[in-house]
This record gives sequence, C-alpha cells and structure tokens, in this order.
Amino acid sequence: MITMALWFAMAAYGAALLMNLHRILKGPGVGDRILALDTMVINFIALIVLYGIAVGSSLYFEASVVIAMVGFISTVAYARFILRGNIIE
Amino acid sequence: MALWQEVIVSIMLVIAGVFGLVGSIGLVKLPEPMMRLHAPTKATTLGVGGALLASMFNALFVLGRFSFHELLISIFLFLTAPITAHFIAKAHLHRHRADYLLPATGTGMPWAEAAPPDGSSAAQTEPVTEPTSTSARR
Repeated sequence: MITMALWFAMAAYGAALLMNLHRILKGPGVGDRILALDTMVINFIALIVLYGIAVGSSLYFEASVVIAMVGFISTVAYARFILRGNIIE
Repeated sequence: MALWQEVIVSIMLVIAGVFGLVGSIGLVKLPEPMMRLHAPTKATTLGVGGALLASMFNALFVLGRFSFHELLISIFLFLTAPITAHFIAKAHLHRHRADYLLPATGTGMPWAEAAPPDGSSAAQTEPVTEPTSTSARR
C-alpha cells in the first residue's frame, strides 16, 4: 500500500514539476518565473523526501535541507535584483 | 508494519501528492499574477508538510524511534514561504505599478517597493551609473 501511495505521490510531483516548467517557459512576467522557480524548488524537496521514504534512508533529508536553503536564498536574491537593481546594497 | 500504520502513512502520502498537484495546477491555470501567487503556498504547506509527516510516521513505525530531521525542514519552509511570497509580490508591484494604482501612503514617503526620495544608495546610484543613452534606448 505504501509503495502504491509513493508511486502516486511521485507521479503527482513529477506532473507538478512539468507544470512549473510550462509556467517558466510561458509566464508573461518576471514575477511569474520567479514564483515558478520557487515552486519547482518546493516540489523538488518533496520529491527528495519521497525518494528518501522509498529507499528507507535518512541521508536524503540533509540534502533537502540544503536545497531548501539554497532555494530560499536564490529566490530572495532574484526578487531583490528585480526590485532594486542590485542584491547587496 | 501493521495495516493501520500503513494506512496512516499512505493517507499522508496521497494528501501530499494531491496538494502538490493542486498547487501547480493553480500556478498554471489562474489568470492573474497575484492570483498565481496564492496557489503554490498549498504545495508548500500541505504538500511538503504531508510528505514530511509521512516520512516521520514511516520512521516511527519502521525504526521505532522519532525522527526530527523532517521537523527541521518543515519549520524552515513554513518560516521562509511568506518571506519569498512577500518579495515576489513586491517585485511584481515594482514592475507593474501603473496597473494597480496604489493609493497614497499619507506619510510623504512612497511605497516600500518604490525607490526612497533620498538617503538610499539605490536611489542615488541608479541615475548616476546609467548614462543618458540608455534612456533613449528604452
């Protein structure tokens, strides 16, 4: 049962990543593209956590923590660059 | 693992998948950019939260001990999701301010996403560093 639920959740997050990619390619503004990148990072964290459940290893949680931090910093840096013209004033 | 434990972990996994999918469908389908800002927060809170709860319950049922890594990720995501949404909304307002027609602040200062009138380095360096030919190019 857990295996089937894992397959369902992984397929859902894979489809979600494809939709985010569609929004990045299409999105009319810069804000939409930043938002789609941030959502891609979130979905990727969830996918890593699901893979960690699937293989039964706790090694992947450190990777997802690092990716969460990198995604937050990159999103804030990108939005701040759009907002101010430079990142660290 | 007993059946009810498998049922709990599977329900958490299905909730996580459904809400991750719902967040990205909203990101694709909603018409306005400010509406699109609303949808992926469901993927952040309920989607990733459900996946992390499933992982915690899985570790609790399989290994027999509580695991705290997932709590760290969920706390970090819950703390940073409003900050990123706020920054994206400010960047969007900065790009499309004329479309929204913000009301006056009433304090003599502009809105926070606009450049301050004086004192800030960004307000002073921006006209200086850009030569006048760039305005003609725009």
